[in-house]
Amino acid sequence: MYFTYLFRELRRRHRQAMLVSLGLALGVALVIVVSATSLGVKDAQDEVLHGLYGIGTDITVTKDAEANSQGSLKFGMAAQTDDPDLVGEAFTQDRLVPTPGWDLVSDERVPTLGNLTGVGSSAGGLMLTSLRISGTYTESSSTSGDGSGSGSGSSSGSSTPPAIDVTSYSIAGIDVADQAIGPMSSADVTKGRRFEAGEANAKVAVIDAGYAKQNALAVGDTLTIAETPFEIIGISESATAPANVFVPLERAQTLADAAGQVNQIYVRAEDSGLIAQVEEEILDAYSGVTVTTAQNLADQVNGSLSSASGIAATLGKWLAIAALVASVAVASLLTLSGVSRRVREFGTLKAIGFRSRRIVAQVMGESFVQGVAGGAVGAALGYGITQLVARLTPALEATTSMAGQSAAGGGGGGRLASVAQTVTVPLEAPVSLGLLALAIGLAVAGALVAGGIGGWRASRLSPAVALRRVD
Amino acid sequence: MYELHAVTKRYSRKGKQVSALDGVDLTIDDGEFLAIQGPTGSGKTTLLEVLGGLVRPSSGSVLCAGTDMARLGEARLGDLRRTMFGFVFQHFNLIPTLSAQENVELALVPTGVSSAERRSRALSALAEVGLERRGGHLPSEMSGGEQQRTAIARALVRSPRVILADEPTGNLDERTRDEIIDLLTALWREREQTIIVVTHDSTVAGQASQRVWVEGGRIRVHEDRPSTEGVMSFPPEGFTQPAPVVALAGAAGGES
Repeated sequence: MYFTYLFRELRRRHRQAMLVSLGLALGVALVIVVSATSLGVKDAQDEVLHGLYGIGTDITVTKDAEANSQGSLKFGMAAQTDDPDLVGEAFTQDRLVPTPGWDLVSDERVPTLGNLTGVGSSAGGLMLTSLRISGTYTESSSTSGDGSGSGSGSSSGSSTPPAIDVTSYSIAGIDVADQAIGPMSSADVTKGRRFEAGEANAKVAVIDAGYAKQNALAVGDTLTIAETPFEIIGISESATAPANVFVPLERAQTLADAAGQVNQIYVRAEDSGLIAQVEEEILDAYSGVTVTTAQNLADQVNGSLSSASGIAATLGKWLAIAALVASVAVASLLTLSGVSRRVREFGTLKAIGFRSRRIVAQVMGESFVQGVAGGAVGAALGYGITQLVARLTPALEATTSMAGQSAAGGGGGGRLASVAQTVTVPLEAPVSLGLLALAIGLAVAGALVAGGIGGWRASRLSPAVALRRVD
Repeated sequence: MYELHAVTKRYSRKGKQVSALDGVDLTIDDGEFLAIQGPTGSGKTTLLEVLGGLVRPSSGSVLCAGTDMARLGEARLGDLRRTMFGFVFQHFNLIPTLSAQENVELALVPTGVSSAERRSRALSALAEVGLERRGGHLPSEMSGGEQQRTAIARALVRSPRVILADEPTGNLDERTRDEIIDLLTALWREREQTIIVVTHDSTVAGQASQRVWVEGGRIRVHEDRPSTEGVMSFPPEGFTQPAPVVALAGAAGGES
């Protein structure tokens, strides 16, 4: 009888029921869109940060290069010559250098950092840059250039600029014993395999999918780095490609003639709440180092991704809350209005012996159904709008000054300079089952609030009204 | 069945106190058919509401089967309404979305009987009022007389000790009115239940075993066993003027 009465009443007042459900649906849909978009922006930000930083890494420790050290790399060659026989001849020079900007430090610091309080694990890394400079000798002028420059492929000379080309790719030497932190952690090996523990000094490499495609490389092929052949054992994919090539750390140290040295130390805290404490401990233990946390990095991210994140975190959140409150208020007012139109009905029920709680249950039951309907419609609507937003929104850009180097060609020589790195990430707005359940739950809760208010009003009606009210 | 002593009911309207009932004394025996008459706004509906436990008097006592309803809280009054009273309203007050049978069943929901028993008793009650074939129809598909019969079946289905009816024929044409009067009279005779009816209709009052004339919130005339001839001359000379409590109609939300 309860359900018969409930559903028939809803059918009789279907316009009002639909209005209540639709109001709740709109509120819920907005919550889904805002939440999913916020989550998508956060995921995009995490993707960027993880790509630059490593998924399992909480802290990266580096030592900034001193002036006139590796921060400015001299190519040490001239593209202009006084020898007339060489003019017009092609030249090529390969160089493998630690990535400028960071000084090399002893890898003995890695276990030392690992022993600090609150540190879960640590690993060392050696970031290298492989440069290939090629071009054609030109005749020397009275003031020959030193060959420094920046920017890929561009050149600048003092008189007749020589035509040189500089190509580079990045190499990450990683600790094969702990690949869960560091640059390799954010890479997803889609073909082949990762490094094995016994390959600490092996001539094997995992290469980024983009680099592999660009150079037509595949698993099983050989990649020559500084005249050393490496077997490609895996192809990895990640949004931001922290390095073009990954090789075992010891092998990277050998290649760069930097045995026992690293230029990045990755640290993972035992608990995310300890990151600040660990950061302080590291700074206390080693003066002069730069400690970068995910938060530091996030603070330095700017561009449309940062803007979207800000909008989603502030405006979106309040907009969703306002919409939800408004929809519950509208539902409550409509429910109260409905109760006012049913005074005689509820008075009659009380006159024939219905208890107040039974009348409250009747009104709340009707509201519950409207809430479920509103939640379901809102979930579908929210999902649809979210997919549309994700499809129509242009890819987000994030720029951070913390990482990324580019090689540059210059007249006769070359130099690397640290620059900001811009990463483009497509916005995906994930709508999880949990989010849908939460949205439907919010709609039902809102409807129950409205039903509770309406039911309370109905239960306070005097049954005598039933005898007097003329509808 | 009922003993009312010095019952008053006052309402507050715009800061002024107005009396709907003003010192009512009344005794109603078990199995009586009482007709309450009086001009509009005289307090007769308020008296019915007090008798049915729908409102509590401002003062005085309302003994019903030994219980003073004036001292009961809303919950206990609700229990009494559920167990002792059946109501019939002028506008039928059926739930429009429920069929005749479901409307009758609805009165049994608060009693907690099983759905099978509800159905069985509802069908019996509908048969008693001659609607055994109309149980599946919605109120909108029924005539006024049929709707009022359904309302009477709803009042009867719990076998209450008292049936209280407020202008049960007020919305019916003459032929249907006679059918309802005949039905109420037959039920009263067969079931020996106490029936209390507020009515303007002298024909209805003519079937009653007692009748009272209410005016100005007081019982002016109380007549036992009215003769058919007497019905037509009720109220007696001197009591036909409009009651001075007309203003109470608004105060109480309608006619009182």
